[in-house]
Amino acid sequence: MLQVTNLTKHFPVASKTPRWLPGDTKAQYLHAVDSVDLTIQPGESVGLVGESGCGKSTLIRLISRLLEPTAGTILFNGADISQAPVADFAHSPYRAQLQMVFQDPSDSLNPSFTAFDTITEPIRRLGAPKDRQRLKQRATELAQQVGLPPDLLRRFPHQLSGGQKARVGIARAIALNPTLLILDEPTSALDVSVQAVILHLLADLREQLNMSYLFISHDLNVVRLLCDRILVMYLSKLVETGPVDEIFNRPRHPYTQALISAIPAFEANPHRIPLTGEPRSPINPSPHICRLYGRCPKGDEHCQQTAPTLQPVNDYHQVACHYPDPPQ
Amino acid sequence: MWITDQTSLLSVRALSVEFRTRTGVVKALENISFHVNKGETVGIVGESGSGKSVLALAILGILDRAGRVTQGEVLWSQDTKTYNLLNMPEKKLRRLRGKELSMIFQNPRVALNPIRKVGKQLVDVLRCHSDLPRAQLKKRALELLASVKIPDPQQRYDAYPYELSGGLCQRIMIALALACSPQLLIADEPTTGLDVTTQATVMNLLKDLAAKQQMATVVITHDLALASEYCDRIIVMHAGHIVESAPTHPLFTQPRHPYTAKLIAATPEPHRGFDDLIPILGSLPDLRRDDLPPCRFIGRCDRAIEICQQQPLPHQQVDADHWVGCWHPLEKWT
Repeated sequence: MLQVTNLTKHFPVASKTPRWLPGDTKAQYLHAVDSVDLTIQPGESVGLVGESGCGKSTLIRLISRLLEPTAGTILFNGADISQAPVADFAHSPYRAQLQMVFQDPSDSLNPSFTAFDTITEPIRRLGAPKDRQRLKQRATELAQQVGLPPDLLRRFPHQLSGGQKARVGIARAIALNPTLLILDEPTSALDVSVQAVILHLLADLREQLNMSYLFISHDLNVVRLLCDRILVMYLSKLVETGPVDEIFNRPRHPYTQALISAIPAFEANPHRIPLTGEPRSPINPSPHICRLYGRCPKGDEHCQQTAPTLQPVNDYHQVACHYPDPPQ
Repeated sequence: MWITDQTSLLSVRALSVEFRTRTGVVKALENISFHVNKGETVGIVGESGSGKSVLALAILGILDRAGRVTQGEVLWSQDTKTYNLLNMPEKKLRRLRGKELSMIFQNPRVALNPIRKVGKQLVDVLRCHSDLPRAQLKKRALELLASVKIPDPQQRYDAYPYELSGGLCQRIMIALALACSPQLLIADEPTTGLDVTTQATVMNLLKDLAAKQQMATVVITHDLALASEYCDRIIVMHAGHIVESAPTHPLFTQPRHPYTAKLIAATPEPHRGFDDLIPILGSLPDLRRDDLPPCRFIGRCDRAIEICQQQPLPHQQVDADHWVGCWHPLEKWT
């Protein structure tokens, strides 16, 4: 349903030396997303994990067409949506199909819109023109779907609790019956008690509305519960992709292993793999050095000369490492 | 009553804090008692709004002006003497804060001074609280940066907070807090906003430094799994009450307060399926209400009995060092 090929985004970085000074004039680029390939099947739920600054958010902003890619194509239901300029995409028929739930429910709601305004905004902009009566009916229906008491529709964001705001954000995203929902850390601002409710809601909605999810989170326990397949990203590149069970029980890439061993758990984890050192700079990275080199316990000369690319280890599982763990 | 140990480093007794707001008096903390022994790591967990941070601020005497301590005492033991921090003169208190009792604030980027080099901020603390000669301040600051494992301390000394990553900023905060080898460190959500890998390194760093300096630590967090890994003892708070306090292992394997049990059931865990993830229904009561029930959990509790409505909250000891604030605690299973 979604097929992303060679998607790349480089941001120009201001040079530290003023332009009128002689010296280094080479343009500097921050590689936020580098040649990423991914596919999402209809009805599939895919998780994207990685540390902050690795390009997760840039990647989903590219896919949801909020940012202009530097290179690469995005095929959505067979149509190339990466060609139209970002400003035009806002009116594209595909906009309704591809919706987002943003990170912080408090920041992503317009403070001067009531919950009703927020939920019906996408319908008024993109849906068939509807009279107020029909809008009201649809808003009530959506509120019920996300478990928001309909009498709260008249309230403004500051009159709603964190969990209720999260529900409004979700209702807005599903208002146009999208086929792909992109969720950017939908529960990171919520307490565990509310988080569990929202996770159940998201799982139920996916079943009811038959949507695909692209789910971003740094909480691996949450990703594990909600996703079928996981993409692990490190410094602008995908380093491992595979089914949830395989990634969690048998991670092959050293970064994935460290990530999974670092999850806090009620039973202390005796086999924690530390990642020492600071990550490499994302500004003009050398194409020949593995991005994890310097933090990786397995790194050697080979890793300094050729950067590994994603290689299949079996039909569903791919790893970008010269020395992946052997299958058991 | 919760028994507070006379010999403990810090003991908080029957502390209540209120905030006066335009819409009424918020009873943010009620009758809080606990103690922290020397060298011990105590976790305080609970949802947001349960009063964890207010408690930390009240202990240090840096509550917002709207906040008022209505009763109780905060006893601090030092050199065989015991002081009540709440009625200590501000001048004396300032000498203690940052030196003997120090705190890591929630968001390092907000808590650091954005227009002062991080090295200078460290020097400020040292000038205030140590008698090092001026010439040695920078050297000591560099040592501190190195002790929190900041790579290339020479260069980072001259960096501004915005030039550093979240993990590095957090380490600067830790260096600031530990600059004078305090007896007690209060860490308010030390790892929120950090990645799991960074979180693990920051927590291990705190643990090692605490062990090295024989320092007691109070970790305030909403992450139960994190608390279970790094703390010796856990205090669970709900809506301004302490509902349960116990050593870590019994608390997580045998929670006795219904709220603790529900919190644990709502936390996603590596070996827990989706169906085992049970949300806690309802929300915290409005703490401005005049007719707050004695047990503030009653509206969300499925074990409530008649007595819960009428009698003030009991504080029962159910096991060695295991205390529960509930009339109808869960049974201990064997």
